[in-house]
Amino acid sequence: MSMSPKRSLPVTREVAFAFAALAVVLLVGSIFNANGLFFKPDTHALALWAVSGYGILACGMTIVIITAGIDLSVGSLAALSGVVFALCAMDAEMSGWAAVPLAVLVGASCGLVSGGLVALLRLQPFIATLAMMASARGLAKMLTGGVKVQKLPPPASVEALNSKLPIFGVDVSISVFLFLGCVAVTAFFLRSLRFGRYVYAIGDNEEAARLSGVPVKWTKILAYVLCGAFSGLAGVLFAAVERQGNPDAGVGYELTAIAMVVVGGTSLMGGRGGIVLTVLGALTIGYLRKILDINGVDTPQQLMITGGIIVLAVLVQSLRKE
Amino acid sequence: MLASLTGVGKSFAGHAVLQEIDFDLLPGEVHVLAGENGAGKSTLIKILGGVHAASEGTVEVDGRERRFRSVQDAARAGVAVIHQELSLAPALSIEDNLFLGRELRGPLGIVNGKAQRERARELLGKVGLDVDPRRTVASLRVAARQLVEIAKALGQDARIIAMDEPTSSLPKPEAERLFELIDELRAGGRGIIYISHRMEEIYTLADRITVLRDGRKIVTAPALELDRAELVKAMVGRSLDEQINRKTVAPGEELLRVEAVTVKRSVGLTLDHVGFSLRAGEVLGVAGLAGSGVSELLHALFGDSRAEFEGLFVRGRPVKISSPRKAMAEGIALLTSDRKRTGLCLSLSIAENATLAALPRLSPGGIRRRSLEAESASRAIDALGIRCRGAGQEVGTLSGGNQQKVALAKWIETEPRVLLLDEPTRGIDVGAKQEIYDLVNRWTAAGMGVLLVSSELPELLGLSDRVIVLHRGRLTAELDRAEATPERVIAAAFGGRETEEVPA
Repeated sequence: MSMSPKRSLPVTREVAFAFAALAVVLLVGSIFNANGLFFKPDTHALALWAVSGYGILACGMTIVIITAGIDLSVGSLAALSGVVFALCAMDAEMSGWAAVPLAVLVGASCGLVSGGLVALLRLQPFIATLAMMASARGLAKMLTGGVKVQKLPPPASVEALNSKLPIFGVDVSISVFLFLGCVAVTAFFLRSLRFGRYVYAIGDNEEAARLSGVPVKWTKILAYVLCGAFSGLAGVLFAAVERQGNPDAGVGYELTAIAMVVVGGTSLMGGRGGIVLTVLGALTIGYLRKILDINGVDTPQQLMITGGIIVLAVLVQSLRKE
Repeated sequence: MLASLTGVGKSFAGHAVLQEIDFDLLPGEVHVLAGENGAGKSTLIKILGGVHAASEGTVEVDGRERRFRSVQDAARAGVAVIHQELSLAPALSIEDNLFLGRELRGPLGIVNGKAQRERARELLGKVGLDVDPRRTVASLRVAARQLVEIAKALGQDARIIAMDEPTSSLPKPEAERLFELIDELRAGGRGIIYISHRMEEIYTLADRITVLRDGRKIVTAPALELDRAELVKAMVGRSLDEQINRKTVAPGEELLRVEAVTVKRSVGLTLDHVGFSLRAGEVLGVAGLAGSGVSELLHALFGDSRAEFEGLFVRGRPVKISSPRKAMAEGIALLTSDRKRTGLCLSLSIAENATLAALPRLSPGGIRRRSLEAESASRAIDALGIRCRGAGQEVGTLSGGNQQKVALAKWIETEPRVLLLDEPTRGIDVGAKQEIYDLVNRWTAAGMGVLLVSSELPELLGLSDRVIVLHRGRLTAELDRAEATPERVIAAAFGGRETEEVPA
């Protein structure tokens, strides 16, 4: 395989490190198993369900971070899209087949604006998406007049998103499958399309990429559009779970998504990393929370432990380079 | 004697990179260390500077045997090393950098800012850098940073100063300033060890030259007794002419005709109505001092600047080139002068770099074809003789010469007709230079046209079939191979007109 153009050795090592981090967390889980609760399939189905919404945000975040960018607006975009979805599905009684794509489109459009600010007006990604984070939140509140959008009983489209599929006798939430779908889409964009090669090249050395004929502006814009679209889908799922369009939803979710990407081993400097790493990072953080949960650790302690784990994971990643 | 190394050897993981080196440094001399990349020059000064410990042999400074355990150790003994990669903290001020780790302190251990500033002004004055020491290093140009590094070495009262390719990123005027400073240091009785690849500056500076090859010392001789040909021969075993061995081919069709290209900048013109043509099979050298617009000319032809062409023809057809992509569509490729900053994605693999520019062809419809990419990469590795563990190896881990070959491979895979080479052999060893000369000979024989910019005049003249000379953005001479003597080219580069008529 030494002639394979894609898999260079360090990437494989990165995957091994991310696996090791996950394995450690799972090992901790099987020791502190809360009287066997950790070994119940339902626990794992629930852990995956809890990961899936954040995981979808992390998919788009992965692409943006590999371009050496960042997207702070994903939480706000999820709230905005969730509100749009709720308005369409609940107030306007549109079918789910129209409401979901519309919500995703809203997310993608916001991504287009962020991408334009970054690529065409050359704003720093941090600043451009910070502005989008505030504006999208404001727009979500404006659309709902500051209140939550609800309807009882919830329409069928909302309940369909909350349904579960039995896999080997375990009920697995639809959102888990949507997460896997988003992972597949991200993998397709990053690994099977020319676009993916451009994403890595830009993240590693934008000037060299530009002077090699890489369409830097379009590639960056598409990265933010994809990230926005994923945020839109995640927003729909959050709204479905809450059975309401909440303009205050998703606060701080961007940090969880970034943490998942970074714990997986994708570099914030750009050019290195990938979706497999992000999946492993998402599972690591998701399982960590689940394990703390079933052992009855309170939220304040959970947050502090999560912070510690992020530092630890990134420290181990930095050792990898030596 | 300031320093003397006897029988020094160094091994990394059982692999000997230096063997039985004897080297000494006298007060008031510039001792040049020459040799290919990988010959062991940098390792040698790292041993003297306390970065590495010698595996064998003894290091003496001021007649006392020393074993430096750290850079600070060496600094206390009066040894300062200015490494290839600058080691300043860009966000800190100049004065903070000058005193980093050895701040001048008052009685309570509090940094005495006032004393530092005065001393900083004094040091900057010595190196001829007229800037406020409170400015951040980041706000300085590379050349000025280099001078700050030297001021730092002076501040440590170093009597032995080693410089590892200090001019590799310096424009000519700043390099000249550096040379003046080295002369002053030499006159002040300090010893300078100077590593360089550039023949011109080796002979400008050197009192003595030591040549290393494959980790062994080949010769130490006074610069006056070792001529250029002998030096190259000692470094690689062959002379420059033998290396270049330019095989002129009969020029074919006209690949590129430029009628008066002009590039404006905020004040004045970077390029002022420059016109020329390039034929198939030809190497056209573009000579000029730093700031004359030679590099800008290549970038203009590659669509990487707002250039105005009165006429631009590719194989007789009028074209407009407004972006690198358009240039590539016309079969034009640009090897940039700084491969690390603008040429390569260093943390990506050889394959990923080598196929980057040709990706549109290798991924029809935007869908990657891994087999096409793999084929393209292995073809490039073979064709350019890139020495590596495999196509998946990270480019940043390759030697300079092999990195440069990857940067070239990227363009060869786009099958260009016109190759613009900006300093193609900068900072690479003599062996790799030779290989690049061979490639240029082979490609032009196959009908490619090459536009060559090089600050090494012997290389430029040895390789070019014709030479055009720019002075302050204007064409001042067009000479064929026989006419292009160093004297005429240099005269034209300083502004003496050679052509009878340049369109105004």
